[in-house]
Amino acid sequence: MPEFNFPDRPNRVHLFVTCVVDQFFPEVGEAVVKTLRALGEDVRFDAAQTCCGQPAFNSGYWNEAKPLARRFLSLYDGSEPVVMPSGSCAAMVRNYYHELFADDPVNLRRAERTARNIYEFTEYVAEKVDGDRLDELFTGGKFDARVAFHEACHTRRELGVDAQPKALLDLLADRVELPQAEVCCGFGGTFSVKYPDISGAMLRDKLDNIEASGADVVTACDSSCLMHIRGGLQRRGSAVRAAHIAELVAGGLESGG
Amino acid sequence: METKTRQFRQNSAAALSDANVQNNLAGLYSGFHSARITASAATSDWDELSDVGRRIKAHVIENLDYYLEMLARNVERAGGHVYFAKDARAAADYVAGVARKHSVEMVIKSKSMLSEEMGLNERLEEEGIEPVETDLGEFIVQLAGDTPFHIIAPAIHKSREDVSQLFREALGSPYYEDIEDLGREARVQLRQKFMEAGMGVSGANFLVAETGTVTLVTNEGNGRMCTSMPKVHVAISGMEKVVPSIEDLSVFLRLLIRSATGQMLSSYVTTVTGPRREYEEDGPEEFHLVVVDNGRSRLLADPDLREALFCLRCGACMNACPVYRKVGGHAYGWVYPGPIGAIVSPMLTGLSDAKDLPYASTLCGACKEACPVGIDLPRMLLYLRKELTQGDNYPDQRSASAAESAAMKGWRASVSSDGAMRAANLLARLGQSALSRGGHISKLPGPMSGWTEHRDFPTAAKPFRSRWREMKDQ
Repeated sequence: MPEFNFPDRPNRVHLFVTCVVDQFFPEVGEAVVKTLRALGEDVRFDAAQTCCGQPAFNSGYWNEAKPLARRFLSLYDGSEPVVMPSGSCAAMVRNYYHELFADDPVNLRRAERTARNIYEFTEYVAEKVDGDRLDELFTGGKFDARVAFHEACHTRRELGVDAQPKALLDLLADRVELPQAEVCCGFGGTFSVKYPDISGAMLRDKLDNIEASGADVVTACDSSCLMHIRGGLQRRGSAVRAAHIAELVAGGLESGG
Repeated sequence: METKTRQFRQNSAAALSDANVQNNLAGLYSGFHSARITASAATSDWDELSDVGRRIKAHVIENLDYYLEMLARNVERAGGHVYFAKDARAAADYVAGVARKHSVEMVIKSKSMLSEEMGLNERLEEEGIEPVETDLGEFIVQLAGDTPFHIIAPAIHKSREDVSQLFREALGSPYYEDIEDLGREARVQLRQKFMEAGMGVSGANFLVAETGTVTLVTNEGNGRMCTSMPKVHVAISGMEKVVPSIEDLSVFLRLLIRSATGQMLSSYVTTVTGPRREYEEDGPEEFHLVVVDNGRSRLLADPDLREALFCLRCGACMNACPVYRKVGGHAYGWVYPGPIGAIVSPMLTGLSDAKDLPYASTLCGACKEACPVGIDLPRMLLYLRKELTQGDNYPDQRSASAAESAAMKGWRASVSSDGAMRAANLLARLGQSALSRGGHISKLPGPMSGWTEHRDFPTAAKPFRSRWREMKDQ
């Protein structure tokens, strides 16, 4: 039998950067692009993208969320993977779009199809790179920093993504034990606006645990939780820095490359 | 029980500022919550048990009429009386009527949250009958003129010092330093009541349809005393507590007890089938079972909420809930607090009055993870939020404010297209220069002012969509 050697062609990957990263933390989007390119991917960014609709959906405004979800589906209803630097937005598309379109069979079908192509950032990296080969990515050694990993609620519970980011962090830095890592930081989207004091009390516990962990940096797979945590750390004048995991991964690639 | 669901904000603020309550709530994570995780991890077939439990519950709830008829038939066959009460008032009237018929002066009670729904103590007092709570937590709550703070640990908001003080004031006892002494004092007080009471009232953890059996799970033995010492025993139960057969208890006792307290088995599991037989030495001469609807039909009628009736009332969701662990049980304003309470209380007492409850959650999912029968609590909270906002299925319960609706429409417009997002970003960057300091904003006006009370807000940056142009061709 003759052996065929097909030429390598880069995988096309779509970046859905999320509205929060787009507007407030564009450097996280840049870190995702750097990482995906380092993995050999052909990264596409469609500027027609906006928001997945989660803020409206979670607040009960399903009729406001629907046009945003339809926009998302019209852009990404295909067979190519869509990578997001947010467990929460990925969970919205993967786990909740079908609730929005329960009475709309055409969009329901599109939602179910699209759900299969949605990846949270670390989930995609882990799937792309064989576990044994992960360390080959980071040849520059570990950062000289202690890192605490906040297990963002939707990343952990809605997507079941937990081992992937931890494996990446263990290669990149000295990961320290974060007490009550799986407890919500109190953000909850509009929850933190509607009930700022309850949210603030939850945040205080999270910050206390981060500081008790002895970490220099706290990271997570979600920019919204990190926005909340960073805002709290800044307010109390903490020396702990908050960084999205994509920034750490891209930084690790850079020091290795 | 008086409904105070409208006062969620005031009541949660009170709890947040009460250092004693905060201190007692903080113990839930390392206490019940961790104990549940340890106990379920120690049960090798936990996931299978949980799955089987869920399937049995789903089957029963889909066929509730059938199993309730079977239950009633078998309770009557065992010599008991059955009464189906459509609401709390009818249920309380029936229990008061039984007491009156027997000229009862004192009723001993084992813990029942349904009794709180019914306002049973108040109803009995109207008749001049003294209700005595015999569960230690309920005993404390009753002495203090308080309401339960947690469905399995009613007095968890009170410290040992609070109880020592309470006993001294209400019972004239010395100020005890040890919890054991407090327990002994309560035991001495209650022992006499057990001997004197003409009637016992218990709740029910499970009702077994094929045998007509009431099952109670307790740790203090008071449930057994309430159901066996007085001449009359009245068991009260929500209509969803029925299970088909006695074998099902092997599933549900493990799920309930391990999820509630983390014990492998509670100190007592009591099963009661009808009144005392002729050949038996102990037990009541008369037995009544009151099966209560009180709004549960509304949950049953709505396919999006039906699984709330699978609830075993173990309390695991509230122990797991980071919001409950801050605001505590009284904030929710009715009998059932925490995540399950945020679904059940609005549907039993009025959704639009309880509009804070479904929103007072970060949707973190810890409740769903903790639930031994896999109730999808976040999904139901989302559904109730939608109903409060859009009123698709409950048009009379809509209660979204015009300001909030307008804000949501405005936000949606700002993310409706690439151009809109660029424009919103430009406006934000122009507007924030007056507010920002060192790359963040410490004080925002209007509805965002609460946010910046506790944390800084980030400043808008040159958006990714503008930076992409430079990155594209690299």
